Amino acid sequence: MTSTAMPARSRPARALTRRHHRRGWAFVAPFAAVFALTFVAPLVYAFGLSLFRDQAFFGGTVFVGLGNYTQALGDPKFWEAFGRVLLFLAVQVPIMLLLALVAAFAIDSARLHAAGFFRMVIFLPYAVPGVVAVLMWGFIYGDHFGLAADLNHLLGRDAVEPLSVNWILTSIGNIVTWEFVGYNMLIFYSALKVVPPDQIEAAAIDGAGALRTIVSVKLPAIRGAIVVATIFSIIGSFQLFNEPNILRTLAPNVITTYFTPNMYAYNLSFGGQQYNYSATVAIVMGVITAVIAYAVQLRGQRKER
Amino acid sequence: MSSVLRPRRSRTLTAVMALYLLYSLIPLVWLLISATKTQPDLLSTPGLSFGGTFALFDNIGSTFTYNNGIFLRWLGNTLLYVVVGAGGATVLATAAGYGLAKYRFRGRQAVFAVVLGAIAVPGTALAVPTFLLFSRLGLIDTPLAVILPSLISPFGLYLIWVYATDAIPDEMMEAARIDGAGELRIFLAVTLRQLAPGIVTVALFAVVATWNNYFLPLIMLSDPNWYPLTVGLNQWSSQAVGAAAQPIYHLVITGSLLTIVPLVIAFLFLQRFWQSGLTAGSVKQ
Repeated sequence: MTSTAMPARSRPARALTRRHHRRGWAFVAPFAAVFALTFVAPLVYAFGLSLFRDQAFFGGTVFVGLGNYTQALGDPKFWEAFGRVLLFLAVQVPIMLLLALVAAFAIDSARLHAAGFFRMVIFLPYAVPGVVAVLMWGFIYGDHFGLAADLNHLLGRDAVEPLSVNWILTSIGNIVTWEFVGYNMLIFYSALKVVPPDQIEAAAIDGAGALRTIVSVKLPAIRGAIVVATIFSIIGSFQLFNEPNILRTLAPNVITTYFTPNMYAYNLSFGGQQYNYSATVAIVMGVITAVIAYAVQLRGQRKER
Repeated sequence: MSSVLRPRRSRTLTAVMALYLLYSLIPLVWLLISATKTQPDLLSTPGLSFGGTFALFDNIGSTFTYNNGIFLRWLGNTLLYVVVGAGGATVLATAAGYGLAKYRFRGRQAVFAVVLGAIAVPGTALAVPTFLLFSRLGLIDTPLAVILPSLISPFGLYLIWVYATDAIPDEMMEAARIDGAGELRIFLAVTLRQLAPGIVTVALFAVVATWNNYFLPLIMLSDPNWYPLTVGLNQWSSQAVGAAAQPIYHLVITGSLLTIVPLVIAFLFLQRFWQSGLTAGSVKQ
């Protein structure tokens, strides 16, 4: 959170008593109550579950301490899934954010014809439900009546196989990029709109061209927005689920039940009834995500100084 | 005026961006065209050309009547989850964000820290534990199981907090207090209007989140009568594979189109409000 461009805060009114302030709780209480039920309680409950294990022969559960965690950390399926989302993160997120940045700068530059139209259409995919986006792209990828099939027909050979082992991660990356470039573009664009015009003007007086102004004035000014978008994208990559899970119908042999950590946790619960271990995997993944998101935020803040 | 502030419009830049525009639009155009085809045409004609018969209205009719009109039921369920879930989320986030921004009570910092931390907790990582807890509480397979978790929007709270800090002067609240207004009355009569762009932004993003929600209802519901559109459409789609395969591609495609239309309309019509809300929110990022 930068302090640039923050309007002067109004002085707290003196007459406001402590009694008044305490009433603030009444506004926060409903949120806090539901938050406790749907955020805090599940986390606590999941942690409790993760300390136990089903007994194979006798039924019931037995306390195993951190046994499930040791198992998860040595579980090749978990690490395979983790490695896959890490690779996805390393490739897809930079591409998506770069496209979003370029689009935001282009729309903000006033050099574009019909900028408002561009802004709206590029944002449009965000309004498409993820499930519909995947179904749609799944059809397009398909060799029944998709555009991929048309393309192969045109080329006379199977040049494009979006649902094969080698292509599948790219195909998923394409869907996620298609869905979220517009959303990120809008975050950047909103931040660009509040860059003080005098800074841009000063750069112009110094003889800076459009590119130079972007690099030395606009980019630093929207660093906060870039950090926020990066954090959300990291979280999104780590919890990748919808796209591979829906595409699994079309490519059951390519997408395994442990394709991503989230799919693994889901299938442990709903395919294997291994609730205790499933809770453990979810917690491990949650902790890793939170730590990385926090690290990115710290790094982003440090650079601001 | 300098050239940076008033540059000439560039055809090259417009052309490059037009390529990206095509990428955004082609899947939607494909969907629109495909929704006009019969199932045999879908399988036999190229994706981006029309089929022999224009079957859009037949398809819409079949979508709504297939399987005793289950699609309509799913639409109703989605509306229920959106109105109660997203509506509730907006109310809770608005009240709490305002409370945190304008009152200095004990524990305020702690609440804020916890909520900000919650933004970093992946929603899907939370979903499996929530399922396990809710099944213990007997909430599984009821609308509440979908609605309760949708009521919390940490990001919405953050946005309103940022917005309220700047948009509502303490003096305005103080003047109302001197006039004898209670705290609730001040909130309802004085500040809600000031917060309107922020509220519309939070509401719209909450609507998108609940309208598009897939993972949560997928794990919470097993009775198709409670499915929202997203889970239902995927069920239709998976009918096409397996031993007793009954492909209804044309209905999946038309249903997908019908699912998109309301959201697109909402975004277009409320454009002015939510864009100003987002801009205000980004002042402080």
